[in-house]
Amino acid sequence: MSDNGFGRHGRPAPVGGEIWTPIMKLMVGIVAVAAAILVYRWIFGLGAVTNMSDGHPWGLWIAFDVVTGTALGCGGYAIAIMIYVFNKGKYHPLIRAALLTSALGYTLGALGVVIDLGRPWWMWKLPIFFWTWNLDSIQLEVALCIMLYTGVLWIELAPVFMERWQKEDEKPRLQAFSKRWTPRLRKAMPWLIALGLLLPTMHQSSLGSMILLAGPKLHPLWYTGWLPFFFLASCIAMGYGITVLETMWSRTIYERYRETSIMNALSGAMVFVLGLWVVLRIAVVAFTGKLDLALSFDLYSILFWAEILLFAIPAVMLVRRPVRTDADRGWLFLAAGMMVTGGALHRFSAYWFAFRPGEHWNYYFPSIPEIIVTMGFIAAEVVAFMYIIKRFPILTGRPSAALPS
Amino acid sequence: MHVTRRDALKVAAFGAATAAGARKAEAREKREAPPDATGMLYDSTLCIGCKACVVACREANDLSYERHSRLYDDPVDLSGHTCNIIKLMEDGQGGTAFMKAQCMHCIDPACASACMMGSFQKRQNGIVTWKPEKCIGCRYCQVACPFNIPKFEWDSPTPAMVKCQMCLAKAGTVEPGQLNEVGQPACTEVCPRHAVIYGTYTDLVEEAKRRIAESPDRYEDHVYGLEEAGGTQVLYLTAKGVPFEALGLPPLGKDSVPSMPVGLQHTIYKGFVAPIALYGVLAGLVWKSRRAHDAREAAMEKEMAP
Repeated sequence: MSDNGFGRHGRPAPVGGEIWTPIMKLMVGIVAVAAAILVYRWIFGLGAVTNMSDGHPWGLWIAFDVVTGTALGCGGYAIAIMIYVFNKGKYHPLIRAALLTSALGYTLGALGVVIDLGRPWWMWKLPIFFWTWNLDSIQLEVALCIMLYTGVLWIELAPVFMERWQKEDEKPRLQAFSKRWTPRLRKAMPWLIALGLLLPTMHQSSLGSMILLAGPKLHPLWYTGWLPFFFLASCIAMGYGITVLETMWSRTIYERYRETSIMNALSGAMVFVLGLWVVLRIAVVAFTGKLDLALSFDLYSILFWAEILLFAIPAVMLVRRPVRTDADRGWLFLAAGMMVTGGALHRFSAYWFAFRPGEHWNYYFPSIPEIIVTMGFIAAEVVAFMYIIKRFPILTGRPSAALPS
Repeated sequence: MHVTRRDALKVAAFGAATAAGARKAEAREKREAPPDATGMLYDSTLCIGCKACVVACREANDLSYERHSRLYDDPVDLSGHTCNIIKLMEDGQGGTAFMKAQCMHCIDPACASACMMGSFQKRQNGIVTWKPEKCIGCRYCQVACPFNIPKFEWDSPTPAMVKCQMCLAKAGTVEPGQLNEVGQPACTEVCPRHAVIYGTYTDLVEEAKRRIAESPDRYEDHVYGLEEAGGTQVLYLTAKGVPFEALGLPPLGKDSVPSMPVGLQHTIYKGFVAPIALYGVLAGLVWKSRRAHDAREAAMEKEMAP
């Protein structure tokens, strides 16, 4: 990212303060329990800790940690679209926090795959043995893209660490490293940013195509050639939503105030994406003659309308009452929360609820250890996020008194 | 947000690749059984449920016994320990019917199209086999298979994928185009009633049709696997009045499972042109945006200079 361009919001700066707060200790505790469960899993097999079965071979770890987790990590992608595709430099103050959330989301998502793999010891072959690649495999594209993009995200975020390491109180080796690599990084950055825009476009849509291979096992309301588009558009909505939530959170906890005008402008983009998604989601079902399924009011039709409402309501909310002043914050928070939930529900439905292997397979619900491991992933993300914003220049914003009105 | 016409155009361009793909994607062309294809024909009316084939399969494939009760071996379904099983099904009219479950050896197998490094592949005789050295245990094959055939060893820290490979491993190396050297898989070899027979795909299709034509009162007038899911190399006959669904064979369309999603993906990524073009456009936009940004910065610095 550029060193400048943060304008009136001030340069990003470390938050500082105590690292080992009680919340951090609690989070580390959860990570430790999850780690213990994973040790048990590596000794006794996946069946010993999870409720997955041959009928439901993918459970919570794939549906949440990987498929939803990476979409929650699309803040960097969504904000980069605004800045670079639509040339709106004013979003720059948001990019570092968004990129950090993305880098952590993708790293944990990739780790989520690793703990779910039955035979991870051959994993290293995947990026190397290109002559064995099965080009029909949609998952191959997703896997390679996510590996690459996780790397790209950390490199995009590297200037944050470089800035810190240039400080005179750092070790000379880090200072020298930073001095040497900062200009090179700056030169390579446009190409990396473009890659950072291309890769999520590819794999977030392919996550939609990927589950289409479940074919007749996927409920017809989700089995549509438009699923890749729905996955792509909803990951952008989730990216905006999570960035809004993150911005408000840092404002409340760390008193990092930013102008509400930024949020206001973002809500315009959100309305557009959400509206398009809702219209197409209904249109596709209507034009493929599946309206009767949508109106049957069974579990699946309820799930279908729930995801539509979770996108439609925030869109209407933001149109009827655009975010202009501080007083609208709660309103925006609610809208952002709903769209993040809606996108997550869409993914959970496609990868879990609407996946029906056959009548004689018990319904899948994750085991307690499975849920704890997922909580451990979330806790690890919180720990890393809090540590990095306290020690490295991520957050922008000033106390409200210093904010020009 | 102030949306200009140019912005709207950009949105259109950005979403075009997926949208166009979704609409225009044609199902992948239909695949035919390879010329050397072999398979099995199971006739539910002939089976007496002796399970000799289940035992023979265990021995031939070194599979351990499975215990759920005090019986010596009582597998309830295909599993990580069982890749062939005889089930007694309710036929829907108060009676029962036997069913033999194992891999269907699809003509266009979903597991093989799912598999990232080709552990699952259609190999000689069109038999779908699994090779351990490239499998990372992602279980996408299980998600993809419309018959829920590949099984995972959930109780093992070093799990394998388990399914019928038509005893191909027994045969050692077979030249492509040649028939399996052992002549038969273990299950067809031991079947006392020839309820399940092994042969070339074309012979089996002919035999199935012949039986229906010869005894139309005995059989449902349908060979399961001839068209289901793009065709399978294992074929089924069922007794008159007993639907295949009662045997546990799902009603499936004529298109193979991979034909739509893989066709869609190949349409979007044809020749990798769309991603490369999109990358070019994006790089251009980023470059432009940064240049404008740098110019603004330079102007600001000039102003600030004394």
